[in-house]
Amino acid sequence: MKAIFSLLLVLALVVIATVGAGAAKMQTIFAYCIPGTAFILFMVGFVCKIVSWAKRPVPFRIPTTGGQQQTLSWIAQNKWDNPSTGPQTFVRMVLEVLTFRSLFRNTKLVLRHDDGKNPIVAYVSAKWLWLFAILFHYGFLIVVIRHMRLFMQPVPMPIAFLDQADGILQILAPTIYISDVLLLSGATLLLLRRFFDAKVRYISLVNDYFPLFLILGVILSGMYMRYIAKVDIMAIKEVILGLLTLNYTVPANIDTSFFVHLFLVSTLLVYIPFSKLMHMGGVFLSPTRNMPNDTRINHYVNPWNNPAVKPHSYESYEDEFRGPMFEAGLPLEKNPEEAA
Amino acid sequence: MAKIIKPDELLKSINYTPPAANWMDLPNDLSPGRFAYPAKQDKVEYLMHEIPGQFGNPRQWRPEDVDWKLPSNWKEIVMNGFRERLDKYRSLKLFMDICVRCGACADKCHYFIGSGDPKNMPVLRAELMRSIYRGEFTLAGKILGKLTGARVMEEDVLKEWFLYFYQCTECRRCSLFCPYGIDTAEVTMMARELLHLVGVNINWILEPVANCTRTGNHLGIQPHAFKDIVEFMVDDIETITGKHLNVPLNEKGHEVIFITPSGDVFADPGIYTFMGYLMLFDAIGLDYTLSTYASEGGNFGLFTSADTMKALNGKMYAEANRLGAKWILGGECGHMWRVVNQYMDTMNGDMQGPQMKTPVSPITGTVFENAKQTKMVHIAEFTADLIKHGKLKLDKSRNSDIIATFHDSCNPARAMGMFEEPRYVLKNVVDQFYEMPENTIREQTFCCAGGSGLNTDEIMEIRMRGGLPRGNALRYVQEKNGVNTMACVCAIDRATLIPLADYWAPGVKITGLHELVGNALILDGEQERTMNLRQEPLPGMEEE
Repeated sequence: MKAIFSLLLVLALVVIATVGAGAAKMQTIFAYCIPGTAFILFMVGFVCKIVSWAKRPVPFRIPTTGGQQQTLSWIAQNKWDNPSTGPQTFVRMVLEVLTFRSLFRNTKLVLRHDDGKNPIVAYVSAKWLWLFAILFHYGFLIVVIRHMRLFMQPVPMPIAFLDQADGILQILAPTIYISDVLLLSGATLLLLRRFFDAKVRYISLVNDYFPLFLILGVILSGMYMRYIAKVDIMAIKEVILGLLTLNYTVPANIDTSFFVHLFLVSTLLVYIPFSKLMHMGGVFLSPTRNMPNDTRINHYVNPWNNPAVKPHSYESYEDEFRGPMFEAGLPLEKNPEEAA
Repeated sequence: MAKIIKPDELLKSINYTPPAANWMDLPNDLSPGRFAYPAKQDKVEYLMHEIPGQFGNPRQWRPEDVDWKLPSNWKEIVMNGFRERLDKYRSLKLFMDICVRCGACADKCHYFIGSGDPKNMPVLRAELMRSIYRGEFTLAGKILGKLTGARVMEEDVLKEWFLYFYQCTECRRCSLFCPYGIDTAEVTMMARELLHLVGVNINWILEPVANCTRTGNHLGIQPHAFKDIVEFMVDDIETITGKHLNVPLNEKGHEVIFITPSGDVFADPGIYTFMGYLMLFDAIGLDYTLSTYASEGGNFGLFTSADTMKALNGKMYAEANRLGAKWILGGECGHMWRVVNQYMDTMNGDMQGPQMKTPVSPITGTVFENAKQTKMVHIAEFTADLIKHGKLKLDKSRNSDIIATFHDSCNPARAMGMFEEPRYVLKNVVDQFYEMPENTIREQTFCCAGGSGLNTDEIMEIRMRGGLPRGNALRYVQEKNGVNTMACVCAIDRATLIPLADYWAPGVKITGLHELVGNALILDGEQERTMNLRQEPLPGMEEE
């Protein structure tokens, strides 16, 4: 239901772009107005979101420690999973962001009821989610970088090189990109996992299906342009450079699929700052990961620490229990006569 | 123990397939056994006076009743509190915003593993709050509603929060596996703070908090009674070793103040651990004192609210200053060490008097650089250092009847990272030691299912369900390696693991680390030992 709703939403977006840019000939709107506005909304929204997190205080250092702490000199510290300095924490973050280290730990719960024998709860290695996520994210990253060749004239060496390397398999014509395969399979597998893992299906919302379908729409429309419609890439580059140089003329003979692709990308850009897709920025700010485990070593300041919160004082404690403390022979600040 | 179903029936009742109905439509099950008893009115009133701004609505109420006697503006109070905390904690705001519902955490929670209840999946536990965040604070949530997982605050939601945020032990296992480090403990803490504002609370937490404020410890032991208990243990040590120990109480001018959870002075098997500490201090001639005012290492404030935690924790530095101690040595306790390691200095560091210095072991000269700011050392770190330097005379054979395993407590594991120190000590006092399976120990350890103030008997079935992962791992080494003893460094564990072991791995006994140290430790001038600290015959002495 939630998945169908999300799929219909994405299909509606495809129809809007097809009709709008194709039949209704509103090509200037779809080539320039919408993407331009979307990009601005994305930038502003993204920055606002990051700022809204960053300006909130982190009152306590609460890293989740995943290994041996810094301790006695003869016990080896697990510096990557339990960092106690800035550089160590940096390594932890790099590993988290680039290799999805926490996800790599994933296990799958298995409960076996063997009649007559003791049931076993076991935790087996489960790297599938990690693998799908890696395929998806790295596929996406390469595709985005590769697209930069459309934004720059001349194309910088590294991007041209990446473009060549990505197409090194040279199957089909035009050459199929490896990143397209990674991204498409990653997104599809993540979607299938949402359908077929009962627990994940139970927790999934439109907020989860919609971005997946939207991204699949972006991928498929992009692949359609390249492999089936075989659009004129130079004309498209003209549009994009026009967008950057504020020269709004739409070249003739651009296939409608390009406008569908661009419209879906625009929707994605606008959607990102208001959705869970902000995890791309949020992961850098997570207090359980980006802080050293060092508050026994260094003083850390809570900006809203309230000095008025004080312990119940020893004086009131002794006042209440002075009599019995005296009888028990416990040392006192004031003996009963002094206090009286 | 309250009557609960048998282990095999419990196991058969677990079903991980989620129900057909949307979780938002599932009714709250508030039948007896599903919740801990609410706090007594006088305790709430006392705490409202002592720690202002944290508590509200003291009254007599029953969770099983339809009417919870909430204040008429309860929703406003909770929503304002929610908004305020979103601004005070980046963690909360971020964790509300970035979850992608990948489900990596779903099967990591001990309560989910033992119950199959979908609302015990960490992701869904957080969604209980996130759904309100969307529905009340975001535009999209207000417009699109349930499809986007948004809903508005209602009394049933508050009741659901009470049920499920008191089925989270703040153990942080989910946070370890989350690709963004989303920590359900953080969400649970916030939810509990909000519930306290409108008087929705449990007695098992607030009575200890009130006791600790007034008498210095969770159990409400008054100073003269505390002294009696210590003397009783000194007598027991004399029976066992023939040696009478001098234990300073509330004395000024000692180098170290020793603070341990009051559970260690109150009941089996904690008292044996406490006796182990006293014997250790005698063996090395430590210049220390205990305090009755700061007679609690634990801090149920951690399970209540940040300010409550701060108020209780402040006694440690206050008493160190009053007595002139240079540094603090802390006993075996789980959540105590989360507070000491991650909150203490930030909250109360400015209370440290000028006499406090970076801890240095007076016996070995080791400087505890990792505690130079808090001035507080864990006794497992301290003892490991003593053993490494050969300062303890140990006779392992006294523990030769013990085949041990070690339970990592949640907080020393995932909020500190103390893994090798207790193991080093353990391996030096027992001969036979076997680890439980690797996905159940160290940073992946499972909770005793009684942490965060849930070690109360009225929710025994919930505890035994949550205890399944630990119990099953224990059972595994019991059958495979003959393990008969599980050591731990946590006072709550010493209370909760006993029924857990009786239920899931009968025959395994629970000990603190320093009970085993006390058994092995040879004191100067002691008589030949014939019994262990429990006054059971030592191996080879059974005939006498």
